[in-house]
Amino acid sequence: MGMAAETQFHVLAVDDSLIDRMLIERLLKTSSFHVTAVDSGSKALKFLGLVEDGKRNEEPPTIALEANQDVEVNLIITDYCMPEMTGYDLLRKIKESESLKDIPVVIMSSENVPSRINRCLEDGADEFFLKPVQQSDVNRLRPHLMKSKVKDEEDHHQISNKRKETEESHSPDKTRTKMEPPKVVNSS
Amino acid sequence: MDRNQSRRQVAAMKQSLFDQGLLDEQFIQLEELQDDANPNFVEEIVTLHYRDSSRLITSIEQALKERNPLDFNKLDTLMHQFKGSSSSIGAKKVKAECNLFREYCRAGSAEGCMRSFQQLKREYAALRKKLEAYFQLARQAGPQETACRSK
Repeated sequence: MGMAAETQFHVLAVDDSLIDRMLIERLLKTSSFHVTAVDSGSKALKFLGLVEDGKRNEEPPTIALEANQDVEVNLIITDYCMPEMTGYDLLRKIKESESLKDIPVVIMSSENVPSRINRCLEDGADEFFLKPVQQSDVNRLRPHLMKSKVKDEEDHHQISNKRKETEESHSPDKTRTKMEPPKVVNSS
Repeated sequence: MDRNQSRRQVAAMKQSLFDQGLLDEQFIQLEELQDDANPNFVEEIVTLHYRDSSRLITSIEQALKERNPLDFNKLDTLMHQFKGSSSSIGAKKVKAECNLFREYCRAGSAEGCMRSFQQLKREYAALRKKLEAYFQLARQAGPQETACRSK
């Protein structure tokens, strides 16, 4: 069903479970997303062109090369529980990267742990889906993608305007309304 | 047996799996992902699930044998994966058994783990057999409309 004229959004899906990868890929494709599915956080980072130099934990922000600009990923959806690098770790690395931090990130988990959900949302995740993920969840992705797209277009527009003018102008890209009031669950 | 009759049989078989509490809504979700381009999606994913999960069962069995003492963390992790996979295909009863097993892990009860694992394997095998019969019948009946339950 190719309404091909529209730009197709590219989603990177990360999950160590083969079944879940198959499922999320199918769900995303029915929504006409272009999908790349990988089975680990490190493969995701590699795909994004973000290559670290080894150690994670104790080191301050990793020395990361700039992301590969040829690969355009519009959204990353990742499982939380994965060996070696969790979805949360992956989220952090993406948000710490200058070139990747504006890509919306969605976390999936089979476990409903409010503190976990809150932490992910507070640290930059746009959505948190409970597994098994359903079509209705995937339908919630488009607004995040549209916002990023609008932001990209604004940026390009900005850049070409700046060429004529001075450096400073309004910088609407700094007021990121992307972070809508997160679904913070208050336990009191 | 004419085609309509076959299809009714398939639908009835499926309904009975739901009525027995063996399958849940997730199975319907999978069916809704089937289309002309992906006509066998449900069977494919269920087949993969059984390949995946039989490996996990073997690992769990192995871990249960290493008894001095039982590594409850490892068991819980394995069962977490097993549960996830089961949940993704809508295996309702099996999923419930997984939860029970994990309760026993957290309680550190070796006895409980062993018992619930036996029960889990029984449920798992029973559903597997039924699903195999279901898919075989479905294939014979030919392509049919998917969702039979009103949303």
